[in-house]
Parts: sequence; structure tokens; C-alpha cells
Amino acid sequence: MTEIAGNEIVPQRVPHHWWKIVGTWLVLVAISEPLIVLVLGPHLPPGRMSAEAGAQTDANVVLTALLVPIMLLVWVVFVYSFVVWRSRDAAVVDGPPIKGHAGTQLLWIVITGAIVIALAAWGSYTLVASSHGAGGGQGPNPADQPKGASHALAIQVIGQQWEWTFRYPSYGGFESRDLAIPDHTLVAFHVTSLDVTHSFWAYGLGVKADAVAGVDNVAYVNARKTGFFQIRCAELCGLWHGHMAKKGRVLSFAGFQAWAKAAKTKNAAIQKYLSPYNPWYFPAPLRRAG
Amino acid sequence: MTTRVRLALVAAGIVAGGALIAYYIASFLVVTPRSVAASGTGKQAQLTLQTVAAFGHPPHVDWVTYLAREPNGKWVHSTVLHVPAYATVKVTVYQFDTATGLRNPFWGQPRGTVGGTINVNGKATNVLNPDDASHTFAIPDLGVSVPLKGIADNAKNQCGVAPCALSMAHTTTTFVFKSGKPGKYRWQCFVPCAFQFPLGFGGPMQSLGWMDGYLMVG
Repeated sequence: MTEIAGNEIVPQRVPHHWWKIVGTWLVLVAISEPLIVLVLGPHLPPGRMSAEAGAQTDANVVLTALLVPIMLLVWVVFVYSFVVWRSRDAAVVDGPPIKGHAGTQLLWIVITGAIVIALAAWGSYTLVASSHGAGGGQGPNPADQPKGASHALAIQVIGQQWEWTFRYPSYGGFESRDLAIPDHTLVAFHVTSLDVTHSFWAYGLGVKADAVAGVDNVAYVNARKTGFFQIRCAELCGLWHGHMAKKGRVLSFAGFQAWAKAAKTKNAAIQKYLSPYNPWYFPAPLRRAG
Repeated sequence: MTTRVRLALVAAGIVAGGALIAYYIASFLVVTPRSVAASGTGKQAQLTLQTVAAFGHPPHVDWVTYLAREPNGKWVHSTVLHVPAYATVKVTVYQFDTATGLRNPFWGQPRGTVGGTINVNGKATNVLNPDDASHTFAIPDLGVSVPLKGIADNAKNQCGVAPCALSMAHTTTTFVFKSGKPGKYRWQCFVPCAFQFPLGFGGPMQSLGWMDGYLMVG
């Protein structure tokens, strides 16, 4: 760049804007990426209580690690522009015309396109191959069944305004207000509803499945460690929707057997009145007497 | 019509719409039924309730509802109940409605009561035939759930206007529970008893002061 001073052409120092921006950005990325992966990553939700939750946590770490450099690039350009190129005069004049740069545009499209395609491929692999539905409801005929699905422990999740109850068909079909599952055991949640649409969200397990009347929505989970997990309804379902919350438990297999026995005894009085176990139930009665 | 007038009409419409929305939200958030305190002294409290098939008064003449009795004996159309913390609460429910039946039979077993039983018309029991249930009194966060037996469909002298006198056809359910730590606990009915509403769970089943309420502990 040159500047004409009188009749003399004086070379002007060219600031290396591009390298300053990229250099600043690289330094920030070099600092932030290890922090994201090593410090923030282990605390990202939903945790690692189950294989499915772990896959979701991995996805959150990867997405955050990819998102932050892009966000930092935008921020660095913004701040640099604000500091270096701001108008220092009171006069308002038009800036220089903006001209496209084919090479930069192509590079941007290629990089962002590659990121999106890579994430789609990785997400699809996780959803279908490695995580078998990623803890989501797959409907009555799951397209992606994990190994040993035919021997999974079936637990029916029944949504109703405004409570969750749970049936254990392998243990005589008893029903309970409490949810407990054994660790290191493949569990098949069969989620349904008796009235409006709810959504069973076992947050710590990474399970989320719509509860729809007349539908048996199957979601698989394999808990890795014992402890408590939060249960919520994730579908606005009426007055007390926000109260459809409770804690579930992952127990050792022996602990689960003992719990099931106690829960069966606790709820024995109503057993003879329960409907025979079915994948779903008609929302009856529909009438009101009187 | 000039542009200025048109703009004024549009602005007036927006203001009116905003005011209606604000009124609706404020009505939902602010308006709650009056609180009814339990009778009794110290850590012994008594609550007396009744359920009626049709309230019989405006604004919803035909809505099913609960009522609560104040310590002075006056029946109040409220479902906000106040009991002491860590108290033994004896509840008496006079039930004047016929049976609808439980959608989930599971709620036919009383839970969270002292001894795991309830007393229906003077007889202790640990289960009610779900088809005989007219309503439930359930405080899920305290683990309390009690089914209430309905009167016969052909019972004589049925009550149609609240409050109902005990000379009219009714069942009486009594039970005892521990109130526990201070807090605000929602309670509800699990029977789909809202006549003419989708799945029996609209109207009074979605409204404080009718078939839902709060138990204020402390």
C-alpha cells in the first residue's frame, strides 16, 4: 500500500492483520481445547451412568470441542475489527467496497462442509451401530436392537396424568411407583401412556422416549454403575407436568433382586386387580358415571 | 381511512391483545383458592373434606369438586390445605359422588397411610376394587394415595349441590398419614372424573380449587 505525500510516494507499513488474527485465534484454541476435553468434558451431561449416556457425553464433548474454535474465530475477528478498524473520526464516510475472494469462500465451504458431513457420519454410526438407538425410543419394532435384546430385562413405563408407574413382567407383572434396574444388565424400557402424550426422560441414563397411548415405545439401556438418576416428563402434559419427577435407582443385580421381592410384597394387595400385562392399554374408562 | 387511523387501530389491537395475555397469565399465577387450616392441636391435626359430583354454583355449576371444612365447621370451596409439620394428620372424606373407576387399577391400593390401611364406612381395608373408586386423594411427593369409594349409581337421596349434608347418600373414608417436613406439596385425583372433558382429565382435573390442590405443611 502506498500513500502520496506531496509529490513523493512514501511506502506505508503494511500491518499483518491476517496473521495477527490467526495467531491470536490459534493461541486461544491451544488453550481452550485441552480445557474442554480434560476439564469441562468429564462434567458435561448426562454423565456415564450407562453406555448410552456415555455415548451422549462423548457427543457433547466432541461438539463442544468443534464449536469453540469456530466461536473463537468469530469473536477474535469481531474484537480485532472493533479495536483496529473502528472509525476514529467524527465524519461518517463509506468504507471501501467489499470484494469477494473465491479462494477464501471455497475454503470456508469445504471446511464447514467437511465438519458437517463428518459429524453426520459419526452421529449416524453412534446412533445405529455403537449405541443402538442412543437411549431413544425406537417404537414398537426397534430397528436397531443391541446384542442380546431378546433376553433384555423388560420394564414397562406407564405415563399417566401425573405420575409414572412401572411394571416388571419378568417378576409376575407387579407394578410400582418406584423404578429400579440392575447394573450391567441390558434393560428394555417399554414406554406407554394411559392418557395424553408424555415423554419418559431418565436423564442420568441417557434415556428419552415418548409415552403415547396405544403405543409400545422401546428404548434400551445398559447401566454401568449403581446410583440414583433423575426421571422427568419431557412433554407438556397438563397442570402437574412439572411434578412428574422422581428418582430412579441402579442397583447391583443382587440388590435389584431383593428390591423386586420387597416391591412385589409392598404392592401385593392390588395385584389381583391389575390388568394382564400388555404392551399398551386402552385409555379406559372413558365415561364418567353419575 | 387515513394511515394514522389505521396505525392507531393496529396499535390498539396489539395493546388489547397484550392486556388479555397478561390478564390470563396473571390470573393463572396469582389467583389461588384460600387456605383452609386443619383443626386440632400440636402435632395432632384433622382434615375434613367432601367430594361432590357437581358444585352447583357459578362459575362451573356441573364441575366435580372437593370442598374442605374449616375448624368452625363451615364448608369452603378450596383445595389448599394447611397442616402442621411432622404431625399425625387424620383425614375424613365424605364422598357423595358415584363411581367412575380408576384408569390405572394400581391406585386402588392405599399407600402412605399409617398401617397401610384406610377405613371405609367403618371397615378397615388395604385395597379397594378399582372399579368402585369415585376419586382419589393423592399426595405423590409424600407417597400418600387413597382411593375413595363411590356411592351406588342408584343410591337414593343423591346430592347435587355443594356443600352436601351428611343426611344425603355418601361414603365415609378415614385414614391417617404423617405430614413430614415443611413444604408445599401438590395433591390430585387420579380418577378420570371430569365429565364431558377429553379423557375425563380436563376442566376440574386441571384446576386448583376443584380436583387438585396444595398441602401446605408447616
